[in-house]
Amino acid sequence: MPTIHRRFLAESHYLSLYAQLVGYGFRKHATYWGAAAAGAFTNTVFGVLRAYVLIALWRARPGLGGYDVTDAVTFCFLTQAYIGPMQVFGGGLEITQRIRTGDIALDLVRPAPLIFWSLSEDLGRAGYLFLARSLPPTVVGALLFGITFPSDAAVWPAFAVSFALGVVISFGWRYIVALAICWLRDDRGIAVMSLVLTTFFSGLMLPLTIFPGRLGTLARALPWSAMVQVPADVFLGKAGIPGALGFQALWAAVLLALGALLTRAARRKVVVDGG
Amino acid sequence: MRVYLLLIWTWTRAAARYPASFTLMTIGGCVAAGLDVAVIWIIFHNTTTLGGFDLPEVMFLYGSAGLSFSVADLLFGNADRISQHIKAGTFDGMLIRPVGTFVQVAADRFTPHRAGRALQAAVVLAVALARLDVPATRAWMIPVMVVSGIVISTSIWALGGAAQFLLTDAPEVANAFTYGGATLTQYPLSVYGADLVRGVTYVLPLAFVNWQPGLFVLDRDDPLGLPYWLRFLSPAAAAALALVAVYAWRSGVRRYRSTGS
Repeated sequence: MPTIHRRFLAESHYLSLYAQLVGYGFRKHATYWGAAAAGAFTNTVFGVLRAYVLIALWRARPGLGGYDVTDAVTFCFLTQAYIGPMQVFGGGLEITQRIRTGDIALDLVRPAPLIFWSLSEDLGRAGYLFLARSLPPTVVGALLFGITFPSDAAVWPAFAVSFALGVVISFGWRYIVALAICWLRDDRGIAVMSLVLTTFFSGLMLPLTIFPGRLGTLARALPWSAMVQVPADVFLGKAGIPGALGFQALWAAVLLALGALLTRAARRKVVVDGG
Repeated sequence: MRVYLLLIWTWTRAAARYPASFTLMTIGGCVAAGLDVAVIWIIFHNTTTLGGFDLPEVMFLYGSAGLSFSVADLLFGNADRISQHIKAGTFDGMLIRPVGTFVQVAADRFTPHRAGRALQAAVVLAVALARLDVPATRAWMIPVMVVSGIVISTSIWALGGAAQFLLTDAPEVANAFTYGGATLTQYPLSVYGADLVRGVTYVLPLAFVNWQPGLFVLDRDDPLGLPYWLRFLSPAAAAALALVAVYAWRSGVRRYRSTGS
């Protein structure tokens, strides 16, 4: 009994630690509200430009990819709203900097696993950016063009889960990219590669539903679609909820597991380098 | 001018010290810019015209705008780092040197790998022109519009930089106009709302980067029915905006208060 009790204590201790880290992540980003406001403004402007292009395309081809014009506009502003929380353009993790300075050695010996530590902070960041950078573009899009909202109340909780899973998948991918620097030495090359893959295959540039043939099939199966396209489709009611959430959960598990493996490998790598 | 060339040459040599990284970044820039072409390709996989223009015409508009923007970005895009200089206090150092501040900010950390994007845009423009078959009586406008476009884009970079004297904490706002302008001009302006097009014709003259002169090159009627003579106004619009940008930059510098040491 005492062992179980101790383990329970330790676990609840972890939980409160992670909860605190989420709070810190939130507060850290809330400090830079000016930057977030500027980001929201830029996301909104680009949303308007993208919306016009999509409207022109859907006027020429109504019903393309299973969307009508309003769906396409909604898709556009939703995906613009994901840029902040899902950190679609990459980065957002401090470990990149810490690997370069060597501080990562400290992080690796902390009593909480690095991956969950970073994930907690990142969830806090995403929570703040959802308020600061997701709501404004959506509201402006709704006012300027009109967007559709789910008619079925059951979609809202499913969308909340799908959105959260999207953030976790985004974190999983960025964590792997960040740790890759342990082996690649230079972060810029892989950052550009990640940016290209994420913006193109997530659905941020165009809905993946209109990608032709095999390219489309491939794009819809990759993890990036689970970051942006799938939560948008859940919102629009274009995807079966259990299937969409299952797909996201699968990618989240795969990326986090890969991240955990890389962390173990990195720990050995750091020891070798640090001597 | 001579100082500017000297400075960018110095930074180019610095970048060449890391050839692997330099090559990767150049290719990366090319590929990242190539995504825009992929997007246009996917759009035209689903439709034959966008806003009344077909694929080679859109490629022409994309290539000419991309070339103007990326050359301006290559040469002067670092002007948007001004807020970092203000925050770090390095702007003070620039003020006491006997060279213009704009030249110094633009040349600082000059990134030659951005040439990859200019190259990519030039290739797209060349491919589009090969398919368009423009006669020489209209083709003369192409170099005029590219040069005017470079001046207009540079002026917008400078205006964005000047705005950062006021908005030190929010340099991203300027991106909405610089990169936003680049995105806007990639597509025929006929896809955008009429009010937005009037705005970028008469207020912020983005329509003169490629749209109005492009209509002349393509020999097309203006879908929005704006006057015909606007097509020849690109150099004038570029000169006017450049004057505004110079004035804005100077008043920004005049307004600057050092944070002290």
